[in-house]
Amino acid sequence: MQIILSVAAARMCAATACAALCAPLCASPSASPPTPPLSVTAADVPWDAGGSIEISWVPAANLGSATTWLVERSEIGADGTSGPWVTVAEVAIATTTTTAAKLSHTAPYWFRVTAVGSDGSSSPTNSPAHTTAHRNFFIGEKLPLFSAILTVCACVIYFILAARKGRPMKVRRIAALEAIDNAVGRATEMGRPILFVAGIQDMDNIQTVAGITVLGHVSKTAAEYDATIEVPTSRSLVMEAARETVQASYLAAGRPEAYNADLIRYITDEQFGFVAYVSGRMVREKPATCFYMGCFYAESLILAETGNSIGAIQIAGTAESSQLPFFVAACDYTLIGEEFMAASAYLSGEPDQMGSLKGQDAGKAIASVLIIVGVVLATFAALSPGGFATAALGALRGILGS
Amino acid sequence: MRRMVPMWIAIIAGFAMLLSAFFPMTESLGETFGDVFNVVAAIAFILGAGSLAKVNLAKVSRRDPGWGFAVVTLICFTITIVVGLGKFGVPQNPQFAALPWSGEKEAEGGAFAWIYAYALVPITATMFALLAFYVASAAFRAFRAKNLEAILLLSTAFIILLGRTFAGVVLTGWLPDWASGLRLENLSVYIMQVFNTAGNRAIIIGIALGVSATSLRILLGIDRSWMGSGD
Repeated sequence: MQIILSVAAARMCAATACAALCAPLCASPSASPPTPPLSVTAADVPWDAGGSIEISWVPAANLGSATTWLVERSEIGADGTSGPWVTVAEVAIATTTTTAAKLSHTAPYWFRVTAVGSDGSSSPTNSPAHTTAHRNFFIGEKLPLFSAILTVCACVIYFILAARKGRPMKVRRIAALEAIDNAVGRATEMGRPILFVAGIQDMDNIQTVAGITVLGHVSKTAAEYDATIEVPTSRSLVMEAARETVQASYLAAGRPEAYNADLIRYITDEQFGFVAYVSGRMVREKPATCFYMGCFYAESLILAETGNSIGAIQIAGTAESSQLPFFVAACDYTLIGEEFMAASAYLSGEPDQMGSLKGQDAGKAIASVLIIVGVVLATFAALSPGGFATAALGALRGILGS
Repeated sequence: MRRMVPMWIAIIAGFAMLLSAFFPMTESLGETFGDVFNVVAAIAFILGAGSLAKVNLAKVSRRDPGWGFAVVTLICFTITIVVGLGKFGVPQNPQFAALPWSGEKEAEGGAFAWIYAYALVPITATMFALLAFYVASAAFRAFRAKNLEAILLLSTAFIILLGRTFAGVVLTGWLPDWASGLRLENLSVYIMQVFNTAGNRAIIIGIALGVSATSLRILLGIDRSWMGSGD
């Protein structure tokens, strides 16, 4: 209605030069509603998991009072007509593209864009055809991660094969793992139990799996030394896995009759409930040795400090970088991140597994080289912007997807 | 056979989960294995609850030291299960008014929600509060100046501690602008952003590589110790 009035007023101005009549309308062009975009296009985002469509539009030369663009979508209805319009985004006027996410990869969508300003909204401009967010074969943005995983895996496999061919694999000494036998021996001499906590997460966490593998070695040593090992767990599935592991270790040690399933018990899934039980148990039973191997959060320090207060020898291992300082401060030995992950291979001493550690080291060497190259390029790019270093740094970032 | 079946299940599920992160066509396969894990974990919970009941009942019947705590555990365990399954005091879901037990067990006003809000939350908060004292005692031990490294650690901790309090601003606020980088509040930010971040990232890169190698060992069936002794 406002558009019609404006046009009519302009014509009147030209025809009759009646300034007094049309002045309020002619003198203030901002009073007219914004101009709609000239065209709207929608295209499926390539190399994604489906669910995203990129919408772009061409704004008119004169936008009028427009301050934002309102982008809306609508699923095509069963009757072929578009359904209710849902807001995708409201973006600044300088923007001419946006992405609609979380869409179904099977439904076709219509899009429309409206210019919104202080004087109201323009009429919407619709996309000429419906668009579907197709699911692609591969998620393109994960290519750098995929390549990195493939590279590390290739290194690991190469060194495993090299180890099988008899190539010697020297791995540095890990003090925390060397101390396991002494720690178990101490418990035997003192006639006190060993406490093993495999974290507070379930078996779908790789740290729990790593903890259970260490438990296999510790329980075998305990069986050989005739020491008692207690394994409180905070997940039922971990309890079952721990029972299997400990039973197999006792069998391997030739003492299946000494295995007691009740010493591997489920306590509770509740984080601090579990900590309360374990801490109380530690204070009452005073285990000579405590192992904390798995995924820990805030409870790490409570457990380690309680163990310290009763004078237990403590060996911890976790890949939670935020909890490592607590374990380092309160425990006698700590397996830091990758050492914890390497524990199973280190303890087994099998050439295959030792080879995988070498592969891990090769991955580390590649990461180190990339870091050094990146630091050098970033330094030179900062010193002389726009030169070769800037271009090379951009290329490196592109390759790494950062 | 006892070890081959779980190993192959782990290998197939592991590769399916890995592929589902990169290939959208296999997304549903990854979700299916995730659901299977949840079902298995739920079934295992029955075993866990059985273990809890068995151990505590045995403790009570043998009159072991502290058997009174076992009685409390069993009573609380039973009450929570009965209240949760019975949905006592839970308001009906208006969407399914015809169904008497349609409300969520955690719904506001129910007995289960009351136990959670007025028993579990205060108890867990009490345990969490203990952390403050443990942090102090651990810091006291960790920051003893025994050797050069410990002195460096102590000095760094001192700078961070002061830099994050008003004491730091008061102590070094007089430094001129050209030396503002040496003010304790700026120094602590610099230490956290440069030294701490660099060290932390190094550990994280090591962890990521370790996780990849460990996963590969399990997926290739080289490391089987998680199923029992690897020997």
